[in-house]
Amino acid sequence: MSKVLMKGNEAFAEAAIRGGCNCYFGYPITPQNEVPEYMSHELPKAGGKFVQAESELAAVNMAYGAAASGGRVFISTSSPGLALMQEGLGFICSCEVPLVAMNVSRGGPGVGGIQPGQADYFQVTRGGYNGDAKIPVFAPSTIQESVDMIYECFDIADKYRNPVIIFADGMLGQMMEPVELPPHKGLATPEEIREKKPWAITGKNNHEGRNVVKSLRLQPDVLEKHVEMLFEKYAEAEKELVRYKTMNLDEAEIVFVAFGTMSRICAEAIELLEEKGVKAGMIRPISLWPFPKKAFDEIGSKAKIVISTELSMGQMIEDVKMAVAGRWPVGLINRTGGIVPSSIEVAERALKALEEVK
Amino acid sequence: MKTIFKPTEGMLPVDTSYCPGCTHGIAHRIIMEVLEERGDLGNTIGVVPIGCSINAHHFMNIDMCESTHGRAPAIASGIRRVHPDKVVFTYQGDGDLASIGAGEIIHAAHRGEKFTTFFINNAIYGMTGGQMAPTTLIGQKATTCVDGRTVEQAGMPLRMCEILSQIDCAVFVERVMLNNPANVRKAKAVVKKALEIQDAKLGFTFVEFLSSCPTNWGLAPKDALKFVENEMASYYPVKNFKTPEGF
Repeated sequence: MSKVLMKGNEAFAEAAIRGGCNCYFGYPITPQNEVPEYMSHELPKAGGKFVQAESELAAVNMAYGAAASGGRVFISTSSPGLALMQEGLGFICSCEVPLVAMNVSRGGPGVGGIQPGQADYFQVTRGGYNGDAKIPVFAPSTIQESVDMIYECFDIADKYRNPVIIFADGMLGQMMEPVELPPHKGLATPEEIREKKPWAITGKNNHEGRNVVKSLRLQPDVLEKHVEMLFEKYAEAEKELVRYKTMNLDEAEIVFVAFGTMSRICAEAIELLEEKGVKAGMIRPISLWPFPKKAFDEIGSKAKIVISTELSMGQMIEDVKMAVAGRWPVGLINRTGGIVPSSIEVAERALKALEEVK
Repeated sequence: MKTIFKPTEGMLPVDTSYCPGCTHGIAHRIIMEVLEERGDLGNTIGVVPIGCSINAHHFMNIDMCESTHGRAPAIASGIRRVHPDKVVFTYQGDGDLASIGAGEIIHAAHRGEKFTTFFINNAIYGMTGGQMAPTTLIGQKATTCVDGRTVEQAGMPLRMCEILSQIDCAVFVERVMLNNPANVRKAKAVVKKALEIQDAKLGFTFVEFLSSCPTNWGLAPKDALKFVENEMASYYPVKNFKTPEGF
C-alpha cells in the first residue's frame, strides 16, 4: 500500500474512522482542531455521526451515551479540555464502557499555552477523576505509530470495557509525515453489537433481560466488590498492555527515558553523544500506564545515570525513580511552557549530568 | 374474573425508595404506562439523573443508564446518534436540570435533539437533604436558606419551560402538575403527545411536572400537594408553551 503525506491530527481522525468508529464528539481547542474539523466532513461519509458538543463536559458525556448504547466512539481534546473530561472518564471506568480518547497536549497549567507539552503526564496516568480507576495510556512518537495505535485501541477498549487514552503532544498533531493507512474495519452491525456487547443499552427487544449501565453502589460491600473487580481487569492490563522500545541499553553510560516527541529528540542526542565518544541509550515507554518497569531490567552494567527527559517540570520522573528503585542515580532534562529543546541542548545537559555523577 | 386494573408492566414489581407523598412514583408510572400502551417497553432507552430518581432504573422496566450530574441531555444525545429509531428520554430533577445541567439542557434543545426530557420540578434538592434549588420559590425555606429564599441572596426562581420555549428547535414544551387524579390523567396525555412528537422527529420535546417533596418541605403529603397547587402553580403556570402544527 502506498503512503500519503498527512497532518497528524487528520491522520488520527482517519485512523479512528478506519478503526470502525461510528461516533465522534468534539469541541474546538488548539492544537487538536483538525480532528473535529476532519471528522465533521469525513465521518458521515463513512456512515458515522459527528456532533460538535457545547463543551468538553458535554462531549465526554455524549461519548458515554453513545458507547453505553453500543457505539464505537472516539473523542479528542487538548490538555484543559481533558481536565474538563476527567469526571466523565472516571464515571465511564466505573460504568465499564469502552471508548478511545485522544489528548493532543499543550503547555499548562491553566489555559497555559498552545505549544507542545507533556505536562499532562499526571493527568493521563493518575487521572483527575475521583475514586479508584485506571485508564491505559499509550504515547506514540510518530504519526504512523499514532495511526496504528488508534486503529488497535478500539479493540483494547472493548476487551477491557474501559476508556483508553492516546497521549500525543501537540507536535505530533501539528506536523506532517508520510503514513500508511490501514483498511477500514467496517461498521459493526446490530447483530455484531448484540454479540460483542451484550451489556449495551440497546432496548430490551435486542437482548436477553434488561440492561442497566450504572455507577452508583450505595452499599459499601457491593461497591468494594465492584472496585476489586475493576482492579482484576487492571491487573490483567498491567500484564498485557506494557509496551516500550529500547536503544543501546547494553553499552549505554547515559540512559534516557523519553516518550513522544522527546524520544525523537533523544534519539538524535544519542547520535551527537556518540560523536563525542559517549555511549547513550534510551527506554521509550509507549504504554505510560501500565508503565514499563521491566524495561529498566535491561539496562546494562555500564550505565552511570538514568535521565528522565520531559516536556514538563518532571512528572514521569516519579515512575522512572520507582522503576530504577535506587539502582542508578536519576536525573531530569526538561523544558516546559511549550518549549521543545534541541538535540544539542539535550546532549550538552546529559554530558554535564554524567560528569556530575562520575 | 374480569380484570379491571393491573399495574403496568413498565414498572418492576418492587417497592420504590421514594418518601410517602413524593410524586416521583406517579411520574414514573404514567411514563411507563404510556410506553407500555405504545408497545415500546422493549424499544426504549432512558437516562436517569443524579438525585432521588437515580434509582428510577430499579423501578422502570426498560434499558437505562445512569448519568453524571446534569449531563443526561448530552448522554441522550449520544444514545440518539447510535439509535435514531428508538424511544429515548431523560428523567431529571430540578437541581440536576436547572442548576448543574443548565448548559446541557439548553444545548440539547438548541440542537433540536429528538428525545424527550421529563423534568421533575419539586423546587428543592431532595436526595442531598433539602438545599435550595434554582427553582426554590421566594420565601420558601431550605437548608441553605433557612429564613427563606430572597431575591437579593439568590435571584428569582428559574422557569425552565419559559426559557426552553424560546429556543426554535424545542418544538414541544408543556408544564403539568401532579396534584390530583384529574391532573395526573392530563399529565399522562401530555407524556403521550410528547412521545408522538418525538416519533415524528420534529425536534426537542420537554414536559415539566410540578411535583412534591413533603420530606424536605416539612409538609404532610396532603399539604405538599396543596403547596404544588397554590404556591408552585402560581409562579410556574401550568400550560402548554409550544406544540408543533398537527399535534
